[in-house]
Amino acid sequence: MPILDKRVANILVWILLLTAPFWLVGVGGYVELGSRVLIYALAAMALNFLLGYTGVLSFGHAAYFGLGGYGTAMIIKFVYPSTPLAMLVGIAVGTAAAAIVGPLIARLRGVYFAMCTIAFGQVFYYISFQWSSVTGGDDGLSAWTRQPINLGFTSLDLQNNNKSFYYFVLAVFAVSVGLMAFLLRSPFGRTLLAIRENERRARFLGIPVDRHIWMSWVISCFFVSIAGCLYALLSDFIDPRAIRWDQSGTFVIMTVLGGMRSFWGPLIGSAIYLVLQDYISSHTENWMSFIGLFFVLIVLFFPRGVLGIIRRKATT
Amino acid sequence: MSLLRVENVSKHFGSLVAVNDVSMMVEPGELRAVIGPNGAGKTTFFNLITGFFRPSSGRIIFDGEDITALLPARRVWRGIARTFQVTEVFPELSVHENLRIPVEVASGFRLQPWLSRAADAKVRDRVAELLHMSGLAEKAGRLVGELAHGDQRATEIMMAIALNPRLLLLDEPTAGMGEQETFEIIQLIRRLHKDGKLTIVLIEHDMRVVFHLAERIMVLDQGKFLAEGSPREIAANEAVQTAYLGKAA
Repeated sequence: MPILDKRVANILVWILLLTAPFWLVGVGGYVELGSRVLIYALAAMALNFLLGYTGVLSFGHAAYFGLGGYGTAMIIKFVYPSTPLAMLVGIAVGTAAAAIVGPLIARLRGVYFAMCTIAFGQVFYYISFQWSSVTGGDDGLSAWTRQPINLGFTSLDLQNNNKSFYYFVLAVFAVSVGLMAFLLRSPFGRTLLAIRENERRARFLGIPVDRHIWMSWVISCFFVSIAGCLYALLSDFIDPRAIRWDQSGTFVIMTVLGGMRSFWGPLIGSAIYLVLQDYISSHTENWMSFIGLFFVLIVLFFPRGVLGIIRRKATT
Repeated sequence: MSLLRVENVSKHFGSLVAVNDVSMMVEPGELRAVIGPNGAGKTTFFNLITGFFRPSSGRIIFDGEDITALLPARRVWRGIARTFQVTEVFPELSVHENLRIPVEVASGFRLQPWLSRAADAKVRDRVAELLHMSGLAEKAGRLVGELAHGDQRATEIMMAIALNPRLLLLDEPTAGMGEQETFEIIQLIRRLHKDGKLTIVLIEHDMRVVFHLAERIMVLDQGKFLAEGSPREIAANEAVQTAYLGKAA
């Protein structure tokens, strides 16, 4: 008898997320931390679409995360001050880059796939780092602000109201995550599970594996670029570190920490990672050592992540 | 017209010649066995037919069409399904899901992001039919990786059947099975052949299985064609006996 029924767990997650701005302060947090957890969770869940549900490890997702962020920042700063337009362009840029890189890597497997995703990611990193006149180089793009969103009957003030920005992020998160869940339950989603489970069997059931991996990659990068747009909006800032390989590593750590076979795992991983980071970094600069140690312990003893522990307890 | 015509195929791995100039014709509705001692090239021969490898030379014609250069998935779409010597299933998915995936692929739903209610019902009916046919209905919700070896084998065969193949290739379907399980698999294969009018080619080590099931037998030895005929002819063939019992006999 599982302690947590799946539907109950879903309702619980959504209630917690919907009420977060009200209880976060009470437990020593702040609203912006909630937004950050959601944004990273979206990125990690996007990665998990590829890692947990297709069985392919990417170490270069930060590239498309960062491209989404740069697209958003540049549109607002240089072209036209509109948040929705900026996000659409950011998502389009990130997804298009992934679609172009995809065919070059979709035939690779395992370590070779991971290495090539890092390599392509670093290409984008160096472009953002070197092309100072456009990207601001090492200093990044600042001196722009997220714009209010006009809904016709009212205007959503994202800039001066932390809560309204949180709910904006939550709305985008909900739509994205809902879409992912929907895709995973479709015939197409099942072909991805088939590839994860046994690539040879999938191929000899008539699934063109490379093409489906390419599609899963593009979908995953589409969602990670949405997270990148929100990331840039969160602090009205983007710099090359959002693209660098260690940012990709953060997404992988969050996903594995929370549990990469479970849908909500990356959300849990993102929350644990960012709360630990927030708490420990106020005491020592060396916060990454502690997170690293925690990560190693989890991977050693609970290879299916934090949610894997709960699930195992639930089934025994 | 033959359903499958293999014309003088060879496969070299470096200096090793795994399959050497072998030809085979399979008629529609036939149940053919391919036998031979270890290392005879049987599995490699299957791999050439299904596109796992491309032959070094020779041609493969399926239903009048040259498929020698086609990718595995495209051969499946044309109606060639196979199982493997070592069971290849989706261990962490349920039996139902294992069957559902090939049913959806065969129905052309592989890229669909959603299913209409009617299509979903059709898929479920077909899965239920396959479960019933194989006697796996009670285990539909279990993960395949948790099932007994025989049930995993049966699941794999039903996954191939779910594709509605016109030619089914079974690589040692009873490998590693006990008496009872072997008997059940034989019954299943016979039903599929008789009721489903399915053309089947199988590799088998267990001679009782071969002589029980097959209408025609082809024998390979060290990558080369050795003999072909009815079970009775093969049993009486001296070259075959020598190959199996060793040159000294």
